[in-house]
Order: sequence, then C-alpha cells, then structure tokens
Amino acid sequence: MLKIENLHVEIDGNEIIKGLSLEVGEGEIHAIMGPNGSGKSTLSNVLMGHPRYEVTEGTVTFMGQDVFELEPDERAKLGMFLAFQYPSEVPGVSVANFLRTAVNSVREEELSPMEMYRLLQEKMQIMQMDPKFAERYLNEGFSGGEKKRNEILQMLMLQPKLAIMDETDSGLDIDALQVVARGVNEMRGPEFSAVLITHYQRILRYIEPDHVHVMLDGRIVTSGSKELAEELEEKGYDWVRQEFGSATKS
Amino acid sequence: MPEDRAVQALGLDEYKFGFHDPEEYFFKTPRKGIDPEIVAMISKHKNEPEWMLEFRLKALESFLEKPTPQWGGDLNELDFDEIYYYIRPMENQGRTWEDVPDDIRNTFDKLGIPQAEREILAGVGAQYESEVVYHSLKEEWEKAGVVFLDMDGGLREHEDIVREYFGTVIPPDDNKFAALNSAVWSGGSFVYVPPGVHVDIPLQAYFRINAENMGQFERTLIIADEGAYVHYIEGCTAPTYTTNSLHSAVVELIAKPNARIRYSTIQNWSHNTYNLVTKRAVAYENATVEWVDGNLGSKLTMKYPAVYLMGEGARGEILSVAYAGDGQHQDAGGKVVHVAPNTSSLITSKSISKGTGRATYRGLLKVHEGADNAKSRVECDALLLDDKARTDTYPYIEIEEKKVSTEHEATVSKVGEDQLFYLMSRGLSEEEAMAMVVNGFIEPIAKELPLEYAIELNRLIQLEMEGSVG
Repeated sequence: MLKIENLHVEIDGNEIIKGLSLEVGEGEIHAIMGPNGSGKSTLSNVLMGHPRYEVTEGTVTFMGQDVFELEPDERAKLGMFLAFQYPSEVPGVSVANFLRTAVNSVREEELSPMEMYRLLQEKMQIMQMDPKFAERYLNEGFSGGEKKRNEILQMLMLQPKLAIMDETDSGLDIDALQVVARGVNEMRGPEFSAVLITHYQRILRYIEPDHVHVMLDGRIVTSGSKELAEELEEKGYDWVRQEFGSATKS
Repeated sequence: MPEDRAVQALGLDEYKFGFHDPEEYFFKTPRKGIDPEIVAMISKHKNEPEWMLEFRLKALESFLEKPTPQWGGDLNELDFDEIYYYIRPMENQGRTWEDVPDDIRNTFDKLGIPQAEREILAGVGAQYESEVVYHSLKEEWEKAGVVFLDMDGGLREHEDIVREYFGTVIPPDDNKFAALNSAVWSGGSFVYVPPGVHVDIPLQAYFRINAENMGQFERTLIIADEGAYVHYIEGCTAPTYTTNSLHSAVVELIAKPNARIRYSTIQNWSHNTYNLVTKRAVAYENATVEWVDGNLGSKLTMKYPAVYLMGEGARGEILSVAYAGDGQHQDAGGKVVHVAPNTSSLITSKSISKGTGRATYRGLLKVHEGADNAKSRVECDALLLDDKARTDTYPYIEIEEKKVSTEHEATVSKVGEDQLFYLMSRGLSEEEAMAMVVNGFIEPIAKELPLEYAIELNRLIQLEMEGSVG
C-alpha cells in the first residue's frame, strides 16, 4: 500500500531524512517512535507533500502511484490523510463548512446536505464532541485537545485508506487520548492502514500496532513487534543511541 | 512555489465583468470637460428649479478652486478635461423587465448567473421576472408613505424635502470631489421613510428599473424619520455603463431620533476607474447608522464612510472590505465623530491585497468635548496574499473628552504555506484552498449582508478565480 525506499529529504539545505525505507501493507498499523529531532515530523509532512521540503533521493509510492508526482490534494483524493501535529487556523470558516467542502472534494459523488449532516452528527458522537463545535471557526481558539479531536474527526469524515498521525498523542490528557484512540480504532479494518508517529509509548496501549519502528537521525534503526515499544519505554532513547547511534554516523 | 501559483490562481484583479455593450445615448453633453455652460446645460436638460442650478454653479466654483488632494492615493493622472460629465444612456428608459433592452439582458447572461440563481438573488430575479412582485412592493411602500425614487424624480416630486436636506450632511465645499458631484450630479436614489415606518424588505437600486441606477456622479439622499427603519442596498457586479474613468458619488444619510439606517454596497469597478466617493451620515438621539461597504476593482478607490453621532445614545457602525489586486490601490476606511454623550461606534475594516496591489486603511475617530461616556472600537485586519502585496494603516484619533473608552486593534496576516498545505491535504485544490481562506477572512462582513448578497460576494470571488490556474 505505502512503500518508502531510500528516502532522503532536505530542508534549507540540511539533510533531515537520510535513507529511510518502510513498507506498510493493507490493514496494518505501524508505529514510528523516535526522540525529538529524529525526523519524524519531516517524514509525515513529506509523505503528504508539504512544499517546504526537498526530496533529494528515493521513492515513495502509494497504491502503486509515485506520490511525488501528486499535489497534496491529489494525494488526499487517493486516500492519504495526515493528522497534523499543529493544524493551521482558518478564521471565518466553520468546521462544518470546511468538512462539507473537504468531504465533497475527496468523494466521487457529492453528499446531499442531509447526508452530510447525519454523517457529521454520527462522527462527532464517536469523538464525544458537542454539536455546537461544528459551528466554530476551524482551529481558531481551540485547545490542544480540541485540535487533536478535530483532526481525528476529519479522518472519520474523509475515510482515508492511509492515515499518518503526527504526534497526535502529544499534549493530551488520558481522557482525550482515549477518545482519540477510539476514533482511530473505529477506522481499523482490512482497508485501513495507519502510521502512528510518536515520542511516547503511551498511545500504543490504546491503539495496538502491528509493527514498531525506531527512528534516529533520519533513519529507521530497528523494527519489531509491539514489544519493542515496551522495551523502548523501559530503556529510553539513550539506549537506542548507544545501540544504534554509531551506525547512523558511519 | 505553489504559493505563488495559488496567488495567481486567485486572480481577483482580473476584471472579468469589464465587457460592455455598444452604448446608445439618449442625451450626452456636447463636449468633454467642465465649465458653467456644461453645468447649466445639465440642469436645463433636467428641467430643474433655479435653486438647484445655483447650487450646482456654486459647487462648480468650489470644485475649480480646490486643489487635487495629495494626502491619499495618487490622483495626478486624473485629467478632468477628458471626461464627459453627463451621459444618459437609452437603457434607462426600460419600465419593466420586458422593456429592458436586449443588450442589458444579454449582459446578465454574460454575467453567467443561471436562471435558478437569479431567483435566489432576491429582488433581482424575482423582480425582473415578475412585474407583479415589484408593483406589490411599490404599492405597499406607497401606502406607508415611503418615497423611493431616483434623485431626479425626488427633486421633481418632493422638492420641499429635497431642498431642506440636500447638501446638508455633505456641503458642496466639503471636498473637491463632493464639490464636483454637487455640480454635475445625476441619478442616485432619494428615499424618505416616515416616522415609525419599518421597511422590512431592503430597498434595492434594482427596484428602480425605470431610473438611472449607477451613474458616474450619482447622488443619494436617505432620510429615516423618527423611529423609522430602512435597509438600502446599492450596487452589484454588473458592468456600469460609463465610458469615463471617474466615478464620484455623494451619499447622505439622515437618521432622526430612534431611527435606524443600514446602507450596504458591493461594488466592482473596471480597472481604469478612479472611484472617489463621499459617504456621510448623521445620527440623532438613539439613532443607529450602519455602513456595510465592499470595494473591488477600480484603479484607485478613496472612500471613508462616516457617521456623525449628533444625539445622545446614537450608534454608528462601519464594516468595510476591500480587495486590491495588481496595480490597484484601495484607500478605504471609516470616520466616526462623537459629538453627543453616551454614543458608541464600531469600525471593522478588512482588506486583502495581492501582487502590486495596495490596501490602505485610513480612519478617523474623533470625540468632541462633552461627548462623555463615548465608546468606540476600531478593528482593521489586512490579509496579504503574497510577499509583494502592501498594506498600510493610518488610524487618526482625536479625543477631546476624558471620560471615553476607545479600543484600536490592527492585524496583518498572510496566507501561509502551512495554511494552504493544511487545506490541500484535505482534498481542496490550491485555488479552492485560497478561496476558502479569503472567504473566511471576509466572513464577518459577508454575514452582515443579506444572504443573496453574501452569495454574490463569494460567487464573485469564485468567478474571478475560475480558469485562472496557470
């Protein structure tokens, strides 16, 4: 489904991702863990097509298509989704209005206003959101938790085939974390894949990954099953640096 | 950079409605330029009373004496000798939709408004298609004593009221362009609402299909008598019939005690036009005046709707939105003068600029001595669509009274790469994403407009964007 091969990425001339490869199959949930500065957020932004990053080497394909040939909106239409770590504010545009436009752009057939309304009600209920929330301006004045919930609400509305979650768990209290996890688990199935990018193991208690990868200095240095996350939590990132740090410098 | 492309895509400065049909003139001054002879000719053609001719001639003197103002936009290329000061097109003779000449109907077709949507554009479609609706409204207004005529008609039929109020809010010598308008005015609306009468349906210039709508030098006078309410809507995106490059209107509003007037405008001028308009209102005791003002197009717009709060408890509100595309300068804002105690005002100004476009907010807040407990809030927000675009803010504040509360807030934001990326990651194309940001930015103004005009404003932006992605 998603195939990353030998990816190298620069921003302002500095190489951030230095030869990363990863394959995500249909229905799989992958967790990418890593310390600050390991290139996790760069990876998620590059996958979705942020214009500031320059890909210098390597390929990324999604459902067989070269994603670097596609604009971010085309990637979305193909079924890719990014839950942002820091979603932008769009004053004057209500959540409902935004979602209506977004849902209708990724769908082949537009939903009627009534269908849209019902869909939104249903998904907001899953995310335990007050219906009035839909009338607020997109991300304007939202708390950290509200922003993250809103990202997951968008995912539920857009029904992507692949969701990349960029530190969706950071800054959330335990209740909000559970609601967010509930939203992701709602999507889980043979046609939904996800890449969870996180600093902490915490969220993986609620969303069980099929594979765990550890990222350091722009590369995946080790991969394993969910037990790897537990080991990492126990031993800390210093252990990763000691074990794998030298390899990245070579 | 995708951002630049998106800005290109927006292309609001491409004036798409600048087409025009061949014009046939009913009457036109024999030469360009202005002098007492031309002014007298205009007055004579309209069969005006002697006092109006004198008013015009005195205003002309004032116009000729006053230097071209240098404090605002660049007016140095404006050549007053290259302008026809009175043109009366044939089209204005239509009395019903059926009478409206084909070329105007064609123009509506060119605007691309589908039939169904014309119906939605309330008043417009409904009125043009159904004479009955228009006449029933007209009857209702007349029964209530509401006068709604073109200014020339107003002068003919209600000379006493016109003589009492005309030029009292904006005297002919107020400024060079008010003087020019006073000398050569033609068209515009005359509205009088008797005490206690609430006009529920907005009065629209469209309703006056038998009159001159959007002349070059239109003159509008609206009087809401005690406790009356009226919402007047002027202008649209339809092409104007002027061939000249100067539009200089004067709008005077008088809100008597407890009255309320709301005046909404959306204008889209072609790119060679100097749009220099004086709009001013007086609000007496507990009266409210609201200006809602949208400015698109033109080469230079200088327009600062004003409210003079003359009576205790009066309230003034000015909402304005301006778009400055390449080569355009929108110099707009608002003025509020607090004369009486316990008066309040709110100015909200939104500007969007792109490329070599320049948006200027120029505002005046003045509180006279004795206007204690005056409250005022000024908020101006500028949105820049790229790195070249320019915005300036000149908020003049003169306060002579101690017991006042004033707030001023100014923000400048730029449509950012991150914002566009966020919206595009949800499936919106670059132009859709840019339109969404722009529509959101003007939402506080759009929501103050009647639905059909809010649709028109948003639709205008979309229309301008269509097919402009490089």
